[in-house]
Amino acid sequence: MKLRRDVFQAIADPTRRTIIALVAASAMTPSAIAENFDYSRQTISKHIQILTECELLEQEQKGREIYYQLNPKGMKQIADFIEPFRKMWDDRFNKLEDVMKKNQSNSK
Amino acid sequence: MEQKTKINAPEGKQELTITREFDLPVELVYKAYTEPEYVAQWMGTTVLKLENRNHGSYAFETSHEGKVMFRANGTIHKVAPNKEIVRTFEMENLPTSVHLEFLEFEKLTNDTSKLTIQMIYKSEEHRAEQLKLPFAYGLNMAHNRLEEILKNLK
Repeated sequence: MKLRRDVFQAIADPTRRTIIALVAASAMTPSAIAENFDYSRQTISKHIQILTECELLEQEQKGREIYYQLNPKGMKQIADFIEPFRKMWDDRFNKLEDVMKKNQSNSK
Repeated sequence: MEQKTKINAPEGKQELTITREFDLPVELVYKAYTEPEYVAQWMGTTVLKLENRNHGSYAFETSHEGKVMFRANGTIHKVAPNKEIVRTFEMENLPTSVHLEFLEFEKLTNDTSKLTIQMIYKSEEHRAEQLKLPFAYGLNMAHNRLEEILKNLK
C-alpha cells in the first residue's frame, strides 16, 4: 500500500507536533528527540520518518551524528505556520483597540 | 469572516507586512504607539524610554514576577505625526537580529483607520526565525496544556 504523505496529516498527530516544536528550538539527534517521550525509539523513528517524507524536517550530518531540524520550505506549506504569528498580532491589536477605546470614552 | 489582522510574507523575500484595520480614529492609533502610558497598557510592558523624534530611541522591558522576561529597543529614524514612524526593532537576549520597521498610519473614515507595518529583516532566514517564535511557543503551550490535562486524569 502506498500512501501519498500529506503535510496536514503529518501535523494532525500530537506526537509529531511535539517533535516539530522540539526541533524548532534547536536541531536534535533522533535519540535526543526520543528522550522526550515514553514511546519506544522505533515509534519515534517512524514519526521522524513521516515528518521527513513530508519535508517538514530535514537531516544534517554532523560528524557521526544525524541531526534533524525544521525544513523551512516544508513548513511554508502549512498555513498554520504563519497563523500563530498572525494570532499574536491580532491579540495585540485587539488589546490596543480596547485600551484606546477606553481612553477615548474617558476623555469625552 | 474577513480577518482584521493580515500577514503577508512572500516567499523568497526578507520582509513581511502586517495590516490591521481599527475602529479608531487614526490619531488614537498613532497615540497608542507614541504615548508611553498607552504603549505600556496595550503591550503590557514597561516603557523605559520613548523619544518620538527623528533620530530618537526607545527601550521596553517586560517583567513577570519580578524577573525580566523580555527587553526590546530600537532607534526611531523618522516620525510624521498620524502618518508614519520609521524605526528599528531588536529583541535583546534572543538570537534574532535587528530589523527595520515602516509603520504607516492611514485614515479611512473619521472613526476608522488602517495601520500597515512593513518589516525588513537581514535575510529570509532571519525572517523565518521571527515567524517561528510564536509557532514553537504555541506548540509548546498546546503540549503543556495536554500534559496538564493528562496529569489531572491520573
